[in-house]
Amino acid sequence: MSLPTALRVEDICKIFGRAVAVDHLSCEVRRGELLGIIGPNGSGKTTLVNLISGFLKPTSGRILYNGQDITRTAPHKIVGMGISRTFQMVRPFYRLPAYKNMIIPLYSPRVRQLAGGRYGDRNAVALDLLEEVGFERDANVAYKPAGTLPQGYLKRLELAKAIALSPDLLILDELFSGMSLAEVASIVPVIEKLRLAGKTIIMIEHRLKELFRIADRIMVLNYGQKIAEGTAAEVMESEAVKNAYLGSEE
Amino acid sequence: MFAGTIVFALINSFILILMAIGFNLTFGISGVANFAYGALYAYMSWTMLNLLHLPFWASAALSIVLTMISGAMMYRFVLLRVRGQALSEVIATFGIGLAILELFRYLGLVGFEYTLPVFWNESFMIAGAYVDIQRIAIVLIGLMLVLGLWLFTHFTSTGLAFRGIAQDERTALTFGIDSDWIATLSVSFGAGLAAIAATIIIPLGSIAPNEGYDVLIKALAICIIGGLGSTGGVIVAGFIVGFAERFTDTYIGSQWTMIVSLAAILLVLAIKPSGLFGQQKELEERI
Amino acid sequence: MKKRRERIDRGIKARSEDVYALCSWREMLYLAGPRLLPAAAFLLLPLFLGVYWQKVMISVAVFALLAISWDMLAQTGMISLGQALFFGMGAYVSGILNFYFGMPPWLTIPAATVLGGTLCTLILMPVLRLRGIYFSMVTLIIPLMLVRIIEATKIFGGTEGLSGMTPLPSTLTEIYLVTGVLLGVLFGLRRLMETDYGLVLKGIRDNDRSVTNAGINIYWFKTQALFISSTIGAFAGAFMTHVYMFVGMPVFALDYSILPIAAAVVGGSGTLAGAALGAVILVPLSEALRGIGGLRIVMYGLFLVVFIVAIPEGLFDYIQRKYHQKERWVEIDK
Repeated sequence: MSLPTALRVEDICKIFGRAVAVDHLSCEVRRGELLGIIGPNGSGKTTLVNLISGFLKPTSGRILYNGQDITRTAPHKIVGMGISRTFQMVRPFYRLPAYKNMIIPLYSPRVRQLAGGRYGDRNAVALDLLEEVGFERDANVAYKPAGTLPQGYLKRLELAKAIALSPDLLILDELFSGMSLAEVASIVPVIEKLRLAGKTIIMIEHRLKELFRIADRIMVLNYGQKIAEGTAAEVMESEAVKNAYLGSEE
Repeated sequence: MFAGTIVFALINSFILILMAIGFNLTFGISGVANFAYGALYAYMSWTMLNLLHLPFWASAALSIVLTMISGAMMYRFVLLRVRGQALSEVIATFGIGLAILELFRYLGLVGFEYTLPVFWNESFMIAGAYVDIQRIAIVLIGLMLVLGLWLFTHFTSTGLAFRGIAQDERTALTFGIDSDWIATLSVSFGAGLAAIAATIIIPLGSIAPNEGYDVLIKALAICIIGGLGSTGGVIVAGFIVGFAERFTDTYIGSQWTMIVSLAAILLVLAIKPSGLFGQQKELEERI
Repeated sequence: MKKRRERIDRGIKARSEDVYALCSWREMLYLAGPRLLPAAAFLLLPLFLGVYWQKVMISVAVFALLAISWDMLAQTGMISLGQALFFGMGAYVSGILNFYFGMPPWLTIPAATVLGGTLCTLILMPVLRLRGIYFSMVTLIIPLMLVRIIEATKIFGGTEGLSGMTPLPSTLTEIYLVTGVLLGVLFGLRRLMETDYGLVLKGIRDNDRSVTNAGINIYWFKTQALFISSTIGAFAGAFMTHVYMFVGMPVFALDYSILPIAAAVVGGSGTLAGAALGAVILVPLSEALRGIGGLRIVMYGLFLVVFIVAIPEGLFDYIQRKYHQKERWVEIDK
C-alpha cells in the first residue's frame, strides 16, 4: 500500500558562491504524511524549505508538486497551489494587533477562491484561527499589538498565518524553537488535527523528542546531503547520524 | 578620426569610472547610498580653490583629506542616527547634498574662472589626435586606483574587513569587526575617491553646482548599469557608456549623448533589473 | 524621587471612540473638527484672498498633491526622489493634447492624468522587482535625463516649451478644481490605507517576504500603488499646464521632486495628512522667503536632514498626539 506522492524533490543542488548548501538531494513526501527533517546547524534544512517554497531557485534539479514542475514558479504562485510555510525567524507587523497580522494571508487570492469568490468577514475568521492555535479569546490576546507578545505567541501567530491559507502541504520551519514545553504540548494537538484533516506536513525541528512522537518518517541532513532516512528508531541507530550529531573521531 | 575617437572614448570611460567608483565602494560595503556624493565632489574642489596659495600637491592632498573627514563626519553625526532605515538614509544624504550644492550656487561659485590647475600643460599626438597630459593622467590614475583598490580589499586587514561586512554584516560582527567604524571608513573612502576624481577631472572643465548634480547622476547611471556594489560592473559599465557616448558624439551629435545613457539604463533595467553584474542577495536569511 | 512623563488619552477621546459619540454635540465635534476645519478653510479661504495669495494657494494644493503622492509610495516601501517625473509627464501629455490636438482642458486634464500615470508606471515597472535603493536612484535620474532629451531632440518645443494653452475659466475655478481634488484624494486615500487593501500595501513595506508568503503577488500590488501615486502627480502636472498656459522643461526640475519630499518629511510621512500639512507650511513659507533667493533650497535641504534625524515622525503626529492625549509628570514609586 502506498499513498500518492505529494512532493518529489529530484536531485537538487543549491550553491551560494562557493558554499554548497544543498548537495544532490532527492526525497519524496507522500500525501497525508508527516515528514520530519533534522540535521545539525547549517546542514541545509532551511535552504531546502526556501527552495521548495520558491524563495530560492536551485542551481540544478527539479521539484515536482502533485506531478507538476514548480522549480521556477514564483513563490506567491506556489502558495496559490497549496503549499504554505512558516518562517524560522518571525517578523510580524509589530505595531498591529495580532489579529490584524492575519488579514494579509486572508486577503490572498487563494482564500478568496476557496471561499467561492468572497472574502467574508476577515476579522472574525482571523480571531477564530488564532483561537485555534491557542490565543485565549477570554484574555483578548489577539487584540494586543504583536510587538508586545512573547516569542511563543509569535510562533503560533506564524502557524495561524500559514493555516489561514488552507494549504494541502504545510512546511513548518523550526516551529517549536522558542516555545516552552507547555506551549509545545498545546500545539501538538493542533498539528495532529491538521493531519486528521488530510494535510501533508513537513517539519524541520531541533526538538527531536517532540518531533519523533508525531513524525511518520525522519530524514537527516548533513552538509546538504541526505545521510539517513526512515522511522525515528531506524534513524537514531544509524552510524552516520551519530557521527553527524556527536562528531566523528578522525 | 576613428582611432582618435577610440582614444577619447577610452579617456571618457576612465572619467566615468573615476566618478562612479567611490559611490559604488560606499554602497558595496555599508549599503549606504550616498546621495551627497556629487556635493562632496564639488566640496573638495571648493576647498582646494581656497588652498591654492599652497604648493599644488600639498593643496590637493590636504583637500582630499578634508573631504574624507567631512564624509566621515557626515556618517558619524547624521547617518549613524538613521542607520538601517532606507528611507531616512536616502533623504538625509540627499538633503545634505542639496544644501551643500545650493549653498555653493548661492555663493556664486559658477563660471569658467572657477577651475583647478592642470598638472602639466602639454600635449602630444596619439593615433592622429592631440591628447594633453592631463587626460593621460586620468587614464593612469584611474588604472592605479582600480588596481590599488583591488589590492587593498584583497590583501590588507581593513580591506578584508570591508569585504566581510559587504558579504554578511552579522557574521562579520561576530568576528569582532566593528561595523560602524567600517561603515564610517567606507563613506570616508568613497568621499576620498570622489575628491581624487575631482582633482584630476575638474581641470578639464570648471566647478559648478550643476557639475555636482551631473557627477551624482553619472555615478548613479554607471552603478545602475553595472550593478550596485560590483566593482567589475562599474568598470564594464564605464567602458560601455564611455565608448557609446563618445561615438554618438562624433558620429551623431553631442546632444544625443545623454539619450544614449538613458537608453542604456532603460535597456539594462528591462533585461536584467539588477544590472549587468549586480547580484541582489537572494534571501537575507540563509541558514 | 524620580519622575517620568506619562501620556494618557483624553477622556473625550475614549468617550468618542465608539457609537456613543453620537450622544453629544461636543464629542461629535471632537471627531469631526479636525476633518471639517481644514476642508472648510480650503473651501472658504479663496473667497477672501487677493490674487497673489490665491496663486499661492494653488501652489500649496499642487505641492500637497505631490507630497501625498510621494507619501503613498513611501508607505508601500518605494522612496521616490523624482516626483517631477509624474508631474512633468502629466504636464507634457496635457500640453501636447491641447497644443497639437486642440482638446479642451476638461478633456486634456483627465486624459493626461490617466495617460501620464500609465506612462510613469510603465517606465518604472522594471525597477519594482528590486528592493529599496534602485527605485530612488532611477526616479532621481529619469526626469533629469528627460530634460536633456527634450533639449537635444527639440521635440515638443524643445527649450522654448509649448505656450498658449487654453486657460481655465477663472482663478476661482482653478482653486476649487485643485482643492476639490486635493480633499478628495486626501480623505479617499486615508480611508483606502485603513482598509485591508491598504494593510497589504503597508505590509509590503514592512516585510515583503511575509506578504509574498501569504500568496500575494507583491509586484502587482506595487504596480497598483505606483499607478495611484503617479496618477495623482500627473493630475497636478496636467492642471498646472493650464494654469501657467505653458509647458516646458522646468516641469521636470528638481524643485518638483524636493519640495514634496520636504513637505512629507516635515509634516510626517505615513499619514498622508502630514504631507498635506507640510505643504501648507512650506509653500507659503517659501513665498515669504522669496527675498533670500537661492538659500531657500539650502533651507529645504537642512530641513530634510534636521527633521529626518531629530523629529522623524513629523509635525502631524505631534499635533495628533497633543489633540488626543495629555501628558503629565508622575513620580515613580517603587
